[in-house]
Amino acid sequence: MADSAVHDIPSVYEPSLFGTYSKKIGMWLFLLSDSLTFGALLYAYSYGRISLGDAWPKPFHSESIVNATIMTAFLLTSSLTMVLAVRASVDRNAKAQTLWLLATMACGIGFIVLHGREWTKLIAEGLTLPLFPAVPGHEAASEFANVSKTVPLFGSTFFTLTGMHMLHVTLGVVYLGVVALRRKFIPILLVLWLVAWLATPAYSPFHYGAHVLLIAAIVISIIVWLKPKVYDSSDVEVAGLYWHFVDLVWMFIFPLVYLMSAKIL
Amino acid sequence: MDTTQIALAERAAEEQRHHTKALFFYVWGALLAMTAVEVYLTYQNMEPVKMLTILLGLSFVKAALIIGYFMHLKYEASIMKWATMCSVVGCLIIMTVFFFWDALRIQTLGVK
Repeated sequence: MADSAVHDIPSVYEPSLFGTYSKKIGMWLFLLSDSLTFGALLYAYSYGRISLGDAWPKPFHSESIVNATIMTAFLLTSSLTMVLAVRASVDRNAKAQTLWLLATMACGIGFIVLHGREWTKLIAEGLTLPLFPAVPGHEAASEFANVSKTVPLFGSTFFTLTGMHMLHVTLGVVYLGVVALRRKFIPILLVLWLVAWLATPAYSPFHYGAHVLLIAAIVISIIVWLKPKVYDSSDVEVAGLYWHFVDLVWMFIFPLVYLMSAKIL
Repeated sequence: MDTTQIALAERAAEEQRHHTKALFFYVWGALLAMTAVEVYLTYQNMEPVKMLTILLGLSFVKAALIIGYFMHLKYEASIMKWATMCSVVGCLIIMTVFFFWDALRIQTLGVK
């Protein structure tokens, strides 16, 4: 569709090979490399799932499936609000753009909270990693008492894959926050960091994981200080590409990890 | 941005304006419906291989909808579509060839 117009753009440089602007091509290249990272993690999980057969734990009961389904709905809805934000930016409707971006962030935060609840439940049941502190006052569920010893691959692949995805969603929320609110987002991010850090118990992995928000706040402060700018429709579109990619990855994690290891009684 | 970049960004924005918002809602509805089918299948206690085949099929359709409409690749230049999709699909095929057959081999051998 856009092929014929690619070489019509007046320029002192060579015409764009891919027919679009550099920021977008850069983001696509990043997403391609990132898809291989997630591909490798998904393959690692699936390798264990296939090779161990019935020995592979099936920890996702009906409650977990409902939780994961709501998480999926949150992400799909966030993709819809994201395209509406891009559309608003193209129409130069700044207010609608900000509101749709904030709605996308709200869905992303909803996803993270539900995912955190799922992790906490699994860790309390005994499906954990050696590096996670023990949950005081909780006995491992009988069906998972020896899983970390007999099938250590489950915990390492599950937590790495879903943890990497959760990190991407968190950074996506931060990214959209900067595009929507610019420097006003920094104090909000610091408040979110304090809440996440202080509201989680010391044995929770999220107690330490919350520091990602502090690091993000420092990095954003430097970027905003070095290059203050008003983000235009191309910036919103590029941010949208990242957000849709996070949604796309979950479309494979949800069935391959949750639905294929479900235990419906 | 230089003038070329601005012109390219403007053209991308102009292409976005041609899409009706209803299209995005249809895609969103289709994605939710396919998710509901996936969850329904989970409660049917299907044979794992059959279920995996259906779930993967639905996942690829959902991925195509997200990439095509939400990520706008359907409306990009042909070279962009082919370069991006061929490279990532090619790499994933190589991973499949190397990993999955090995996983099946271990299952047959019963390696502890």
